[in-house]
Amino acid sequence: MLRLNRSFAELKKQGRKALITFITAGDPDLEATCDLVETLVAAGADIVELGVPFSDPLADGPTIQAASTRALAQGTTLKKIIATVKEIRRRTEVSLILMSYYNPLYHYGLEKLVRDVYEAGVDGLIVPDLPLEESAELRRLAAEKLAIIPLAAPTTPDGRLTDIVAAGSGFLYYVTVTGITGTRTKLPEALSHSLDQVKKKISGKLPLAAGFGISTPEQARTVGKHADAIIVGSALVEIIARQGASKAGRQELSGRVKALRLALDS
Amino acid sequence: MNKAEEKTGRATVPDERGYFGAYGGRFVPETLIAALDELAEAYELYRYDQAFQEELKGWLSSYCGRPTALYRAKRLALELGVKEIYLKREDLAHTGAHKINNTMGQALMARRMGKKRLIAETGAGQHGVATATAAALFGLECEVYMGEKDIERQAMNVYRMNLLGAKVIPVTSGSRTLKDATNEAIRDWVTNVGHTHYSIGSVVGPHPYPLMVRDFQRIIGLETRTQILEIHGSLPDYIFACVGGGSNAIGVFHPFLEDDVKMVGVEAAGSGIESGAHSAPLCAGEPGVLHGSLSYLLQTDDGQIEEAHSISAGLDYPGVGPEHSFLNDQGRVEYISVTDDQALAALRLLCRAEGIIPALESAHALAGVASLAKQLKEQIVVINLSGRGDKDVATLAALEEKEGK
Repeated sequence: MLRLNRSFAELKKQGRKALITFITAGDPDLEATCDLVETLVAAGADIVELGVPFSDPLADGPTIQAASTRALAQGTTLKKIIATVKEIRRRTEVSLILMSYYNPLYHYGLEKLVRDVYEAGVDGLIVPDLPLEESAELRRLAAEKLAIIPLAAPTTPDGRLTDIVAAGSGFLYYVTVTGITGTRTKLPEALSHSLDQVKKKISGKLPLAAGFGISTPEQARTVGKHADAIIVGSALVEIIARQGASKAGRQELSGRVKALRLALDS
Repeated sequence: MNKAEEKTGRATVPDERGYFGAYGGRFVPETLIAALDELAEAYELYRYDQAFQEELKGWLSSYCGRPTALYRAKRLALELGVKEIYLKREDLAHTGAHKINNTMGQALMARRMGKKRLIAETGAGQHGVATATAAALFGLECEVYMGEKDIERQAMNVYRMNLLGAKVIPVTSGSRTLKDATNEAIRDWVTNVGHTHYSIGSVVGPHPYPLMVRDFQRIIGLETRTQILEIHGSLPDYIFACVGGGSNAIGVFHPFLEDDVKMVGVEAAGSGIESGAHSAPLCAGEPGVLHGSLSYLLQTDDGQIEEAHSISAGLDYPGVGPEHSFLNDQGRVEYISVTDDQALAALRLLCRAEGIIPALESAHALAGVASLAKQLKEQIVVINLSGRGDKDVATLAALEEKEGK
């Protein structure tokens, strides 16, 4: 968690926005995941979000669903992902977040989970199907070790947003669209306004990251003006789906991340 | 509250967060929380709203044919060596199963909440047909998610939904059955939550669904109570029902929970529990989170949801309603399982003994009675015959061809 807070503090000092990149762990396999993380970091990602594949990813669109299926077919498990994180930590000090649906975490055992992922070098958890009311136990166990990153959506009422921010740590993951993950040619017209409103309500308690549907440098630039961070997932996962972790694939991935970085910094 | 209720606390569950003891809750993306709050609030209102309840009652009797009969099956009792067997004939309800009790309630609510579109998941197609029926009746748009595998084995119900003006959307992900259809319906709801009501077909999903669907299905048990007292003069010793998600079972069980009546829920053991190819989370699963609630589940060591297996599409589901998990842990209801073969034998027996073709799902409840017949010799038994078997005729014909009969 310290690493994560430091990332945001440093970026703020430099007047820059954070680029958070998502890939599914184990897609195409876990060894490749280590290399792909290095590629992302070298190309300018500030924070890397690793998706724990799940059999029933109900907040995800077709691209990340397919990545989950590929990863599971490779025998990827949470245990192996934790081991992979240790390997990644030998190579980079980038902030690492695990995104997982709740059941694999619950089944692993929350207490053991927090201990194991913290020791492996994970900085935070995003659990898309664990709303505020159900996350008290995980938040208590994670305490100062791991950020339990809360999500808010366009449908979240104001009062609830305040509670979510008060209980959360790391940053606020604002879901830009009423829907599931996946690239979109058009983001909601009122998004900039919504982000400004949310930003006001957070009043500096947590950094604001915007995710879901952001894929192009143009979108990154626009959204980046109204948030502290942007999250890009499906657009990167789609490259891995086509190219795997081949040299050409890593080059394309790197190119895309650099373009996002450039747009975000401009 | 009477003394028994105070002792067990059963009459007070779920709590305001939707927990039945340790089970239930709301494990869904944040996008849906506001809609669930809206739904829970609306339901709290309609639950005690006399006008709403009267309207629902009116539709259930004039349109759905309720009350359904409680029929004493003497020849079946003789065949199985059970003292008395009564069949609660949900197969006689409009559309051929108990599912209509719930969809009429949900569609009426959706209409009052100003939602223009209903979506549903379906396994055997019975809930899809029941949702499509209510949507047609109340002039609502309707789309039903159905696994590709179920579309193949329940072709007739797909045709019925189309006739009723609903759109059936094939689901090609995962096991291509009910579990995946439910994922897809949830994704649709997350996207279209503003004008769409998600009509869940069983006592599963996030709060308030397990409570709401249970209440809409309680009519089965309430009628059974009146009828058995009228026909037999006292309450039954046993009630049997099949359990997939568990809506017909909770519907018939719930009004008897505080009585001295034994209850048995029958899960689908598929090819046998030991084969691993089954749909029996209460008999052979562990607690976990699927489709918005914490309950018993079929899952791997890594917490991935396992595919369920059953000849009955309506029971082919790796989860079960949270209230069943609660009743299981409390020991109030006994949960057993029967195999595909046992269910088939029971189906054939009922056809020949009583002239009733039951749904493959309901045949599991019959097979449950058959499997415990020895201890039922002197007992009065009610079986919830949750649906009729017309939809399964093609499956049965294909099976007989394969077996070379």
